[in-house]
Amino acid sequence: MAVATTTTPPTTTTTTGIRPVRRRISFGRAAAWTAMGLIVLITLLPFYWILRTALSSNAGLGADPANPLPVGLGTGGFERALGLQSAKEAIAQGGAGGGLDFWRYLLNSVIVSTLITGCQIFFSAMAAYAFARLRWRGRDKVFGLFLAGLMVPTIFTLLPNFVLVKQLHLVDTLWGIALPSLFMTPFAVFFLRQFFMNIPLEVEEAALLDGAGKVKIFFRVILPMASTPVITLSVLTYITSWNDYFWPLMVSYSDSSRVLTVALAVFRAQTPATGVDWSGLSAATLIAALPMLVLFACFARRIVSSIGFTGIK
Amino acid sequence: MTIASSSPPSHREGRGDGRLAALFLAPALLGFVVFLLYPTLRGVYLSFTRFNLLTPAEWVGLDNYVRMVHDPIFWDSLKVTVEYVVLNIGVQTVAALAIAVLLQRLTQSALLRGIVLTPYLMSNVVAGLVWLWILDTQLGIGNEIVSALGFDRIPFLADETWAIPTIALINVWRHVGYTALLLFAGLQAIPNDVYEAARVDGAGEWRMFWRITMPLLRPVLAVVLIMTVIGSFQVFDTVAVTTAGGPANATNVLQYYIYGSAFGRFQFGYASAMSVALLVVLSAITVLQYRLTRAGRTDLG
Repeated sequence: MAVATTTTPPTTTTTTGIRPVRRRISFGRAAAWTAMGLIVLITLLPFYWILRTALSSNAGLGADPANPLPVGLGTGGFERALGLQSAKEAIAQGGAGGGLDFWRYLLNSVIVSTLITGCQIFFSAMAAYAFARLRWRGRDKVFGLFLAGLMVPTIFTLLPNFVLVKQLHLVDTLWGIALPSLFMTPFAVFFLRQFFMNIPLEVEEAALLDGAGKVKIFFRVILPMASTPVITLSVLTYITSWNDYFWPLMVSYSDSSRVLTVALAVFRAQTPATGVDWSGLSAATLIAALPMLVLFACFARRIVSSIGFTGIK
Repeated sequence: MTIASSSPPSHREGRGDGRLAALFLAPALLGFVVFLLYPTLRGVYLSFTRFNLLTPAEWVGLDNYVRMVHDPIFWDSLKVTVEYVVLNIGVQTVAALAIAVLLQRLTQSALLRGIVLTPYLMSNVVAGLVWLWILDTQLGIGNEIVSALGFDRIPFLADETWAIPTIALINVWRHVGYTALLLFAGLQAIPNDVYEAARVDGAGEWRMFWRITMPLLRPVLAVVLIMTVIGSFQVFDTVAVTTAGGPANATNVLQYYIYGSAFGRFQFGYASAMSVALLVVLSAITVLQYRLTRAGRTDLG
């Protein structure tokens, strides 16, 4: 989707009579820009505040809570979050001193999200192609069934899925976390099918005449042509699975399968209600959020301009 | 949403692709049946049983539903959830609309759109923790500002009246950018010459908003509303990290109560029955909203 940069020029003629009108417009624009500025501020300030807190010491935070700059500048928070401090040192700096292996959770998150994104998009694309371009009996009926799946809210399947994963003895494994969303989501299938249907038939027919089989056409022609929606969908899927909390919380009990979101909640629960290790918690929060910010920064333009398409079209 | 299933595209050789289709469809279909269709049916089945994971599910008929109807905590959590949804969706929709219009009428900057979207990249857990800290009664900058303005410090997440509005606003912060971009995409579909014509006729921005933007955006707005309301009903993460349902059940949203019943008290049957109730509520809302908005189709093709 190209971003049309049409700044509508004012079509009013410049006569002396419109001066007050002009003034009112520019006042309105100033107010609008102020509102925009405020929105940006509210959006971004919490991020800065977390960075500032992560770089502060807990003692400093208590002494000077409103200072806009880090108080007692140091990397103690990050060291605690990453488990680089000894328990004694951590407790001295206001940490819980419990062991949290953030590198491991980071790795778990990467494995689960990569697995889900890779498999889900690939399998969904194959299904979408079968729905969009292959001819077979009962196609529309099966697709209708998939669409109906779109209507079932995810929460509804969570409990039964937990029972199922438990019966498969996959509780507390990374497979258990990944499995339910590994094969498809109705949305991904639906989304990609829409796109495949818009690819001109001639493209495919030309390849057929050249003697290419349907499988080859799918991999060599259709998938490359769909790279933009595939990438957008992948990034959004990655972010979604990275941020998921409820399902991993249900399925994982120990370090072996703990992902970052759950680890963060555990970190929070470990510190006492009075005297929370805000510096360490903020550092951990940043560590958990940073990969998504980086990922987004790489694909921002593409995602931003195709959000409308993914959402509702 | 265009849910039109068109007729199959004509292929020159006319043969069916049955085998290949089966191959291509197999993984997705497996996932669909095992992790979506079967769990959906099983969820309904479990709601008629007593089940604690350790012994086989025991059929008890409508017992769980009878219990639900007589369970004051269930009704209370439903009430809390509705309160949350109304606040969350109300504020979020108005704010998202404002942001979308500002983005459209003021500038088309992709950078600004990117900035607005950043909170959406955070997990609910992160968003919850960030605001938990900002709103901390003793040390949070939010409360520092409140007290600098001359008010008493507010225990935002520890007070029964403040907790739900606070959680609702935290989730507005996280989701408003995404919603705004969906609406923005809808706004992009409105041709610019409509605005220019109106401007020539002497209409101001305010008038154009109500006479052009709102009517033409209504179908998109309706779809976005259905999506966000359904999402909003499923609130869990933010509650789990900030208040854990407290104080005194004040933020015990339905989803949290269901989770507690299943994993805290191992009443999977009862939890499933409440899930069915939630599903029914959500379906009713979807149908209702769909009906209501279909009647008001606009003339923008």
